[in-house]
Amino acid sequence: MPVTHLNSSFAPPECDGEVLSVNDLQFAYPDGHVALKGISFTLCQGDKVALVGPNGAGKSTLMLHLNGILNGHGMIDVAGKRLTRDNLPAIRAMVGLVFQNPDDQLFSPTVFEDVAFGPLHMGLSEPEVRARVDSALEAVRMSAYRDRLSHHLSVGEKKRIAIATVLSMNPSLLVLDEPSAGLDPRARRTLIHLLRDLPITMLVSTHDMKLVEELFPRTIVMDEGQIVADGPTCDILEDEALLSAHGLEKP
Amino acid sequence: MHFDAFDRYHEKESILHRLDPRVKVVVTVLFIVSNALLPDGAWLAFALAWMFVLASNLLSKLGLGYTFKRSIIALPFALIAITVLFSIPGNPLTTFRLFVWDFTITDAGLLRFVSILIRAWLSVQMAILLVAVTRFPDLVHALEHLRVPAILTTIIAFLYRYLFVLTDEVFRLLRARQARSAAAPGSRSGGGVVWRAKVAGNMAGQLFLRSYERSDRIYNAMVARGYVGHLYTLNPHEMKSGDYYATAFAIAAIFLMQVLGRL
Amino acid sequence: MLYAPTPLHIPDGFLNLIVSLICWAITIVTLGFAISKTNKALGEKQIPLMGVMAAFIFAAQMINFPVAGGTSGHMLGGALAAIVLGPWAGMLVMTAVIAVQALLFQDGGLLVMGANILNMGLVTAAIGYGLYRSVIGQSKGVKLGMIGFAAWLSVMAGALLTSLQLWLSGTSQLEIVIPAMMGVHALIGIGEALITVFAVGFIMQTRPDLLGEGSESAKASRNWVYVGGIVALLVVLISPFASGDPDGLERVAIDMGFIGTGLDAPYEIIPDYTVPFLGETALSTIVAGVIGAIVVGAIIVLVGRGMKAKS
Ligand SMILES: Nc1ncnc2c1ncn2[C@@H]1O[C@H](COP(=O)(O)OP(=O)(O)OP(=O)(O)O)[C@@H](O)[C@H]1O
Ligand SMILES: [Mg+2]
Repeated sequence: MPVTHLNSSFAPPECDGEVLSVNDLQFAYPDGHVALKGISFTLCQGDKVALVGPNGAGKSTLMLHLNGILNGHGMIDVAGKRLTRDNLPAIRAMVGLVFQNPDDQLFSPTVFEDVAFGPLHMGLSEPEVRARVDSALEAVRMSAYRDRLSHHLSVGEKKRIAIATVLSMNPSLLVLDEPSAGLDPRARRTLIHLLRDLPITMLVSTHDMKLVEELFPRTIVMDEGQIVADGPTCDILEDEALLSAHGLEKP
Repeated sequence: MHFDAFDRYHEKESILHRLDPRVKVVVTVLFIVSNALLPDGAWLAFALAWMFVLASNLLSKLGLGYTFKRSIIALPFALIAITVLFSIPGNPLTTFRLFVWDFTITDAGLLRFVSILIRAWLSVQMAILLVAVTRFPDLVHALEHLRVPAILTTIIAFLYRYLFVLTDEVFRLLRARQARSAAAPGSRSGGGVVWRAKVAGNMAGQLFLRSYERSDRIYNAMVARGYVGHLYTLNPHEMKSGDYYATAFAIAAIFLMQVLGRL
Repeated sequence: MLYAPTPLHIPDGFLNLIVSLICWAITIVTLGFAISKTNKALGEKQIPLMGVMAAFIFAAQMINFPVAGGTSGHMLGGALAAIVLGPWAGMLVMTAVIAVQALLFQDGGLLVMGANILNMGLVTAAIGYGLYRSVIGQSKGVKLGMIGFAAWLSVMAGALLTSLQLWLSGTSQLEIVIPAMMGVHALIGIGEALITVFAVGFIMQTRPDLLGEGSESAKASRNWVYVGGIVALLVVLISPFASGDPDGLERVAIDMGFIGTGLDAPYEIIPDYTVPFLGETALSTIVAGVIGAIVVGAIIVLVGRGMKAKS
C-alpha cells in the first residue's frame, strides 16, 4: 500500500529537536505472523500524535518496540540515542509506556509503591523518589490517592494512576496504548483535559476518533503492519475514502 | 466489581492502627506462642490472655466484641479434638451410649479439650485483630523487615494484588456456567459428576492460561519501568518511641501470663 | 466465606509448640532449598509469573462443582502448581497461598503455619511432581491417569501428615483421627484428582509448550521420581498400618525416641510445669530464672530505645 501524503495544506511546523525517529522497523512474532512491515516516522519535541488503525493493525506491537520490550529489525532513536541492548535502561527511562489494561500496569498493592517503582529502579535516592511520586500524582491530579490500594480504584482512576507511574520517571516521550478505552464520559473528559495539559511529547494509540479530533494535531494511520497515512488530523478526517478503506469512522 | 469480602482491614483512628506493623506482627506471634506454651487448665493465665485480647479490642476502637464475633471460624476444627474427651485416662464424669459404643468422658479429657479450645479461640482472635488494624501491604512490609525472604514477600504482594482481579474472573466464569446450565423445571441440570468436574477443570485450565498471559504483560510493564531482575522497595516505617513502649508492655503482659500459668 | 476451608487448615491451638516448631524447621529448610533453586534456575520473568500463579491457585480453589447432597468438589492445587511450574516454584507459590489464607482470612493458624505449609504445599508438590515425572514421554492417557492418581495421593498425604501431627500434639486419638481424616479425604481427593486432570488436559491441548517437559536435567528428574515414589509409598504403607494397628505406630514413635517411654501417652511430650526437655529439676528452675532475666532485659532495652526514638 502506498503511503498517502496529504501534503496539500500541510506546512510541517518547525521541528525543534527530534524526540523519536523510527526507521524501517520490521517485526514478526515467533509464530511467524509478520506484525510490522517497515515502519518509519519521526516525532518532534512537543508533538502530540494519534496512532489509529483497525484491530490487529500492529499499533500495540509498534509501541512495545519503542522501549525495547520487542526487538524487530530496523532503527529506533530516542532523543538522538540509538536503541541498543546497552542503553536500554536509559531509553526506558526516557520512554514512558502505558499499557492498555491498567490492571497489568498497576502491579503493586498500593498506589505509592506503583508510582515509586520506576524511579526506584532508576536508582534514585529515597527523597528524590518521594518527590517524584508526589509531583507525578499531582500532575494527574491524584495526590489524595497516594496511600490507596490499587484494587480499590475505579477504571478511570486506575488509568490516571497508570499514567502517573511513568510520569514519575520524567520521560521525554509518553506512549499510551488506548488510554480512553472503557471509560465513562466523565472519566474520559478528565483524561482528555489531563493529556491536553501535560507538556510532554506523546504518541497515543486509540479507536476513539472524537478524542483524536479534539486532542491531536497530527495522526498516523496504520493497517496491516504498515503506515498508510501520516499528516494533519483535520485532513485525514476529511479523507473519507482513506478512513473507510481502513475501517475508521469520521467522528 | 470488587470482592470487598476479602478486605479485612477496618479504617479507624486508633493507637493500634498507628502502631508499627512489625510490632503488631511480633506481638501477635508471641501471644500465640505463649498460648501454646500455657499448660492445660491454666485458668488464671487464660483469663489474663483474654483480658489482653479485650484490651486490644478496646484500643483498636473496633468495639469490645469485634474479634469475638468473628472467632467462630476456628470452631469446626474442634471436632478433631473431640476424641480427647474420652481417650485421656482420668476420673469418669459421665457415660453415654451412641449406637453400640459406650463413651465415657473423663475429667482429664474434659480439661484438655476445653484447654485446646480456649487456646485456639484466644489465638485466632489476635490474628483477626492483626489484619483488622493493619493494612495488608504494611503487613507484607513488616514481614520483609522481619527477614522473610524477599522472593516470598514479593509473591505474597503479587498474590494480594491479583487476588481480586482473578477472583473476579472466576466469578465471571462461574456465572457464565450458571447461565448456560439452566435446567428444565423438574430435571437436574448438567450431566454426571465427571462431566461437571470436567467443566470445572477446564475452567481452571482456562484461568491458568489467562493468568499466564497476564503475568507476561505484567512482566513487560515492569521491564518498561526499569526492572532487570531485582526488586527495590522503600521502607515506609520507622519505629517511634510509642512502638518500643508498646512492645515492652506486651512482652511484660505475656510474660505475666506465663508466670501465672505455672504458679 | 467465598471459598470452603478444608479440614487441612489447622488453626492455632491444635498443635503443641514442639510439633509446630519441628514442622516449621522442616518447612524452612525445604523452602530455603526451593528459594536457592528458583533463584539459580529461573529468569527474571519468574517473579511476576509466580506472583500471578499464586493468585491463580487461590482463585482456582474457589472453582467448584456440585457433587451430591449439597457438597461440592474443590481443588487444593498443590499437585497442579508443581506440574505446571515445577516443584520448587510450585512450593513457593503454595507457601504464599497458605500464608495469605492464614494472615488475611485466619484460615489456618500462624504458629502452625509451618505444619500447614508442609502438609498442603510441600508434600503435595513433591508427590504431584514426582509421580508426574515418572510418566514423562508416555502417552497422554497414561500421563493424565498418573496426574489424577498423584493429585489424589497428594491430598491423602496431606491428610495423613495432619493426622499424625494432631496425634503427636495430643489433640486427637490415632485410631480415630486417621480413619476419619483419611476417609473424608479419600473423597475430597477425588475432586482434586478430577479438576487437576481436566485442567492439565486443557493446558496440554491448548498450550502444551507451557508444561515444559524438557526443562529439567535427567538426573534432577530422576531424583524427583524417587522422592515422589517414596512419599507415595509411605502414605500407602503407613495409613493402613496406623489405622489397623495404632499401638504399632506408637511403638515406632517410641523406638525413634520421639515419645519418651514411660509416659503413658504421646500428649505429654511437653511436661506441663517445667521447661520442655529438662524435667522437674533444679536446672529447670535455673533456666526459668534465666528466661525471666532475658525477658526483663528485653523490656528494659525496648523502653530505652523508646526514650531515644522520636515520638
Ligand atoms: N504474542 C503474539 N503472538 C503472535 N501474534 C501476535 C501476538 N500479539 C499480537 N499478534 C498479532 O500481531 C498483529 C498486530 O497486533 P497488535 O496487538 O499490535 O494490534 P493492534 O493494532 O494493537 O490492535 P488492537 O487495536 O486490537 O489493540 C495481530 O494480527 C495480532 O494477531
Ligand atoms: Mg492494541
